[in-house]
Amino acid sequence: MASLVGSRVERKEDKRLLTGKGRYTADINIANQTYAAFVRSPHARAKIKKIDISKALKASGVVEILTGEEIAADKIGGLIAGWAIRSEDGSEMKVPANPPLAKDSANFVGEPIAVVFAESLDEAKAAVDLVKVDYKVLKGVINTAEAMKGETIHDGIDKNLCYDWLLGDRKAVEEAFAKADKIIKVDLINNRCVPNAMEPRACVVDYNTASEEITLYTTSQNPHLSRLIMSAFGGVAPENKLRVVAPDVGGGFGSKINVYNEEIVCSWASKKIERPIKWVAERTESFLTDTHGRDHVTHAELAVTNDGKFLAFKNETIANLGAYARVFGTVTPTYLFGPCATGVYTIPAAYTNVKAVYTNTAPVDAYRGAGRPEATYTIERLVEKAAMELGIDRTEIRMRNFPTEFPFKQTLVHTVDSGDYVASLEKAKQMSDYKGFEVRRKKSEANGKLRGIGVSSYFEACGIAPSAVVMSLGCGVGLWESSEVRFNPTGQVSVYTGAHSHGQGHDTTFAQIAADELGVGLDVVDVIHGDTDKGTFGMGTYGSRSLAVGGIAIVNACRKIVAKGKRVAAKMLEVSEDEINFKDGEFVVTKSNKKKTIGEIAFACYLPGSRDSEFKSPLPEGEEPGLIETSFFDPSNFSFPAGSHIAEVEINPETGEVKVEKYTAVDDFGRIVNPLVVEGQVHGGIAQGIGQALHENTEYDETGQLITASYMDYTMPRADNFPEFNLGFTCTHATSNPLGVKGCGEAGAIASPPTIMNAVIDALGGQEITMPATAEKVWKACKALKKPNSKAA
Amino acid sequence: MKTFNYHTPKDIKEASKLASTSSAFLAGGMTSIPSMKLGLATYKDIIDIKHIKKLSGIKVSGKTVTIGATTKHAEVANSKDVKKAIPSLAKLAGGIGDAQVRNRGTVGGSIANNDPSACYPSACMALNAIIHTNNRKIEAAKFFKGMFETALKKGEIIEAVVFNIPDKSNYQKHPNPASRYAIVGVYLAKYKKEVNVAITGAKPVVYVDKDLSKALSNSFSVSAIDGIKLDSSEMNSDIHASGDFRASLVVTYAKKAVEAC
Ligand SMILES: Cc1cc2nc3c(=O)[nH]c(=O)nc-3n(C[C@H](O)[C@H](O)[C@H](O)COP(=O)(O)OP(=O)(O)OC[C@H]3O[C@@H](n4cnc5c(N)ncnc54)[C@H](O)[C@@H]3O)c2cc1C
Repeated sequence: MASLVGSRVERKEDKRLLTGKGRYTADINIANQTYAAFVRSPHARAKIKKIDISKALKASGVVEILTGEEIAADKIGGLIAGWAIRSEDGSEMKVPANPPLAKDSANFVGEPIAVVFAESLDEAKAAVDLVKVDYKVLKGVINTAEAMKGETIHDGIDKNLCYDWLLGDRKAVEEAFAKADKIIKVDLINNRCVPNAMEPRACVVDYNTASEEITLYTTSQNPHLSRLIMSAFGGVAPENKLRVVAPDVGGGFGSKINVYNEEIVCSWASKKIERPIKWVAERTESFLTDTHGRDHVTHAELAVTNDGKFLAFKNETIANLGAYARVFGTVTPTYLFGPCATGVYTIPAAYTNVKAVYTNTAPVDAYRGAGRPEATYTIERLVEKAAMELGIDRTEIRMRNFPTEFPFKQTLVHTVDSGDYVASLEKAKQMSDYKGFEVRRKKSEANGKLRGIGVSSYFEACGIAPSAVVMSLGCGVGLWESSEVRFNPTGQVSVYTGAHSHGQGHDTTFAQIAADELGVGLDVVDVIHGDTDKGTFGMGTYGSRSLAVGGIAIVNACRKIVAKGKRVAAKMLEVSEDEINFKDGEFVVTKSNKKKTIGEIAFACYLPGSRDSEFKSPLPEGEEPGLIETSFFDPSNFSFPAGSHIAEVEINPETGEVKVEKYTAVDDFGRIVNPLVVEGQVHGGIAQGIGQALHENTEYDETGQLITASYMDYTMPRADNFPEFNLGFTCTHATSNPLGVKGCGEAGAIASPPTIMNAVIDALGGQEITMPATAEKVWKACKALKKPNSKAA
Repeated sequence: MKTFNYHTPKDIKEASKLASTSSAFLAGGMTSIPSMKLGLATYKDIIDIKHIKKLSGIKVSGKTVTIGATTKHAEVANSKDVKKAIPSLAKLAGGIGDAQVRNRGTVGGSIANNDPSACYPSACMALNAIIHTNNRKIEAAKFFKGMFETALKKGEIIEAVVFNIPDKSNYQKHPNPASRYAIVGVYLAKYKKEVNVAITGAKPVVYVDKDLSKALSNSFSVSAIDGIKLDSSEMNSDIHASGDFRASLVVTYAKKAVEAC
């Protein structure tokens, strides 16, 4: 039987999703449901003096209106920060309360203040307009770099500073800097992005008055974690009385990790009003209240020798958390950022200092790549600038600083188990015809265009898990993953996973893994996820962890099934276990070739007896009936995908338009389960990263209004913004898991922003320009160009 | 969206009669429906004119191209007759928004709405179009009054737009990266005796740029307008483009338009 792992199996879920048969939260309707609409703060920062609901309560169709008073009275907890980060001085981070309905003050435009439940959506929305909130408007703190100088947003949080965190050794860095031939400096802004999942957030809540159980259908990347948070911190209901279902989810990119205000409020209220509740975000609400990504202001320096050896690295960053600290909000700019900021290089000394600040803007949390795109942008801009300033080829300077041996003890925190950075850069050079660039540059020049080339080599730490490690870094939970594999009596297999698919293709890839392990066909394997009532616990999908952590739990559960099958087969075939070999779904006695299929074994496990031989069980003494196994997997290390990307852009100096002409990506994701799915993930990631680099423009005005809160103003990249992506792979296996897999979901978004910006800056003759490199910025930079650039590739 | 009364009049007369100060005609709905959904506009009555046959269709005669008000952008873009008579008009229609917008949006809706960054108004100005309504005929130059403001009176319905076929013409647009409306759109039309360069997107309302038109009337060449610097003080300025950038883009795209003719 040919191995399914490694083959281009078409996605099983596509038939459903592409023919309009996906079942999303908004598709769910429950008899007698009410519709929720939220009263939201129109101000970035204001005291709430009084809320008058009297007129709204009398409006047609209104069932109930609830405010922060009621939710506080019922002692429902607020939203949480999932990671506790300590400042350099040892003090704990400062986190403000984040009630589900703001009671005393509103801290960003769109923050929920009150909620209306009505018989129809129109009536709910009409009543929202009748709720009178008396605000005292205060001056908001909006700008990231200026936040520490602004008025104090949250009482007791001085300078709006959540923490002032340090990773690394300042002294060692300063010593190395003193000896450097040259110091390369960059000032960077990592622009804020709105995640823009295609499906807006939504929830439908059904409270069962008989069982007193709340069922919450919601757009979540991690339903089990959501239940845990809502129960343990929200106090909405004990876990056994709360079922969280995340059905088909149309994209998350990190923005659906958090348990949001609306889910807590509707779950709590459904019990209170004893009616089902439905809420679906409008696109404007998504723009205003989904957690945003990035938003760093960075000054970084690299100490180098004249022959291009890196000596030391320093990184001073201000990270904007938005108005509140959310689940991954505090770890994203620290442990997901700092360790990766030294990139794929041996740099003897380094430090990263991050000041995380509160502002009156939407909360910032994990967004595809979470911290690692910011890290890669920092180091790869520095490296490219170093190459330019030292006159060393940009690929050569990278090669000179790559580690030569694995495991590679990276400067800060990580020990990278496997990789071959030279191989991927060499392959990318060859695939992109790096040598031929100068010819293409001249050709563009002859047409009045400026052409630039950019490289970025990256690694990232994903497969976010080892519980002992993450908990020591401040994580509030362990990040293992679990699976239950059920062999049914009649031969099909149900694979339950705690991971959640919202675009990743788990229905297919996880089935491939299980089918291979059990030696059954893909068609009899179903992957089930997204329901706390189905299967074991799980931490969900983010940080490119589903395969490297969740997939391995499946492997291990399958291996337990095979182990039990072997014991049973031995009994049935009347041989000892070690005489049996399991291959392609058959337990074969090596000597005699007598065999039992895994299906026959499953049948026997569920029907352990027969009519003709009384009292004779196929099960060995003490073996339990049934064929269901569970596994919890907690890996020994993160996994470390890596690679090199090369882009070429062409700029029209008269219009400022940047066209991505060529994009080559060579990635090492370890073993690849399904190339088709992996390529899709890489395409999406690159597109998202190019979006950040060239298009996506989150802009708040000085009063804290989001002026790019619709697609008329927020530039989402579109298919015609991209060339055909040229993808290649190299492979070194991860050693921290039995499949040797690493994770691929975020890599494209991590590598592409610096690749593109390095190319743009090359085309502009080395002029710095901030992301997104929009037409006007580029046009201005072109005007400042004395003569067309002439840097050699 | 607030509830409203929906009407489907069978002819222009009935449609006009239904109109009030709180009504809107529904053509493609590509502007009116989003504004209603966002709460930017509320109407008591929506008067659907899509089904009035007389309002739709394309006719080319010797000197003119007549496009019915409810003719969709996609129909104009794909019309063999338009492509032959005024290829730039077909190109303009084919570059509006995206496929969904082009399959619904109409020329009548576009000019009645008179968005400062819409494409069609520039074609009307450059091609000396006459806007036919149920009451009168209005020259383009007198039709576009100001930002989102036209010469149309209450209950007045655009029936068709009549464009004069030029010797040569071209439309160039710098799209808004997000919406793909025009940051700047330059419609250039060359007739025997004059050249019109109509500009959309740059100012609160479409206009014919006198300097560019005059220079090109004198000498129809790129070099004739190469050095021209436009005054940016009256140009629109927003997060996507400052007045200076727009002023520069107008000349850049005017040159491109000349080149493409
Ligand atoms: C995403 C997007 C991108 C777009 N990009 C572009 C672009 O690049 N360039 C561009 O030019 N446009 C663009 N548009 C606008 C598009 O061309 C619309 O079609 C146009 O603005 C309105 O036409 P409509 O037929 O949809 O009008 P509707 O929305 O139905 O009506 C708009 C207004 O016009 C009035 N009206 C409609 N028909 C008549 C009539 N016959 N007589 C009198 N009044 C009438 C209505 O009363 C209403 O007030 C875009 C729109 C969207 C949504």
